[in-house]
Amino acid sequence: MTAEEVKQVVLDIISDVAPDEEVSDINSAESLRDQLDLDSMDFLDIVMELRKRHSVEVPSEDYPRLATLDSCVEYLTPKM
Amino acid sequence: MSRTRIVITGIGLTAPNGNNLQEFRNSLLEKKSGIKMKDVRYMGDYPAGLCEFDETKYQKKKARRRGTRAGSIAIYCANEALVDSKVDFDSMDKSRVGVFLGITEHGNVETEEEIYQLHQNNLNVDLWSHHHNPRTVSNSPAGEVNLNLKITGPHFTIGSACAGGNMGLIHGAQQLMLGEVDFAFAGGVSESAQTFGIFAAFKAQGALAVNEDPTKASRPMDRDRNGIVISEGGCVYTLERLEDAQKRGAKIYGELVGYAYNTDATDFVLPNTERQVECMEMALKKAQIDKGSVNIVNMHATGTKAGDINEALAVKTMFDDCENTYVNFTKGHIGHAMGAAGALELAGNLPSFDDHMVHPGMNLENMDPECAMRNLVGDKPVELEKVDTILNNSFGMLGINSSVIIKKY
Repeated sequence: MTAEEVKQVVLDIISDVAPDEEVSDINSAESLRDQLDLDSMDFLDIVMELRKRHSVEVPSEDYPRLATLDSCVEYLTPKM
Repeated sequence: MSRTRIVITGIGLTAPNGNNLQEFRNSLLEKKSGIKMKDVRYMGDYPAGLCEFDETKYQKKKARRRGTRAGSIAIYCANEALVDSKVDFDSMDKSRVGVFLGITEHGNVETEEEIYQLHQNNLNVDLWSHHHNPRTVSNSPAGEVNLNLKITGPHFTIGSACAGGNMGLIHGAQQLMLGEVDFAFAGGVSESAQTFGIFAAFKAQGALAVNEDPTKASRPMDRDRNGIVISEGGCVYTLERLEDAQKRGAKIYGELVGYAYNTDATDFVLPNTERQVECMEMALKKAQIDKGSVNIVNMHATGTKAGDINEALAVKTMFDDCENTYVNFTKGHIGHAMGAAGALELAGNLPSFDDHMVHPGMNLENMDPECAMRNLVGDKPVELEKVDTILNNSFGMLGINSSVIIKKY
């Protein structure tokens, strides 16, 4: 997948996990949790959806790599 | 000994044929069915009662996604009751508020869905949702209300099969009497119609209603009945001590003057007439009223042969010599809303205190002679000179019986 495609994958998952949020407004360099109403359960959901939809494993020590949209893309692109 | 007096000050409900008391009451008087065909997983089309309330009226989409259908029903009903009560909730001490909801069962819907997904995912347990536990713990539907309304007082569900709605109401009243809370949300909820297992089990038992016309499927007391129509629903009351309600000038729907619950101890599923009679007698004794002063008895009447006949005998034993006591039933309109049934069916009769009408049953076309009794309101509504007292029955599996008596205030 290209970086752009990975970004869309992440946005699609966030849309499902946080359906009250407007994902088009996300600043890709800022912390997702600072911009969206996301908690630790939501991050578990995001990790689960990556596993379910794209067979990508994110070990717990790598969770900080999912902090921003940019860091998600950087971390996930080589895996997808 | 004087007893703390408990009154109903707000009602929130969702039924297959109405999403508030007025809609529900009108549907009952006009014999509007809430039963439609539902595509039940693995089984095909069966009559069922589904509710069509706005899930996001009081709940964010994310909270709905995390929670359960029963929780969503409970949140809707509790908020509707709160609005109806007109209490100043913002200034209330939330640690003195409690939520007490009767349930028939909880967790089947989520567990079935997870097992279904597990098979879709080639039995890969790594894809099992971490939401499974918080969704299936048995306090979940009540706890979701506390989360939604930021209530820090107690919450629990009362597992009591199909007596759940009455039992939630009773427990809420008892918590007020004990002084454990100052304001209670109490009633019952059910999401049972969302699980195939309950349909399959009633079918295996020969107790699942079938009919080409779903609106004709639920027909308690009728000779041609063939079982239960499974429904979802909810009804939550706000309960207060009489003096608190009076102090704030609350509208009072009625006073819970009597209640009783007992156990058959005879069978897993078959009812016991003698214990049902005892239950009603205990409720009357607690209410300190003569049975002849009961104006309406609402039967549990599920539409099964054994259930209807046993209860009809119990009601006849109690009330056949009471010329001013009328008997009705609600499941012909809405099916069996399981844990919500008792609270919901009671709510359907409460407006009788004001309009003096006894709502009719539905689909009672050919009376089963074994169910025939005096003053059974089967076809058309009946207008009485006055309605002051209502007795509401709700019975469930494992032989649990409950009766509540509400008096006009």
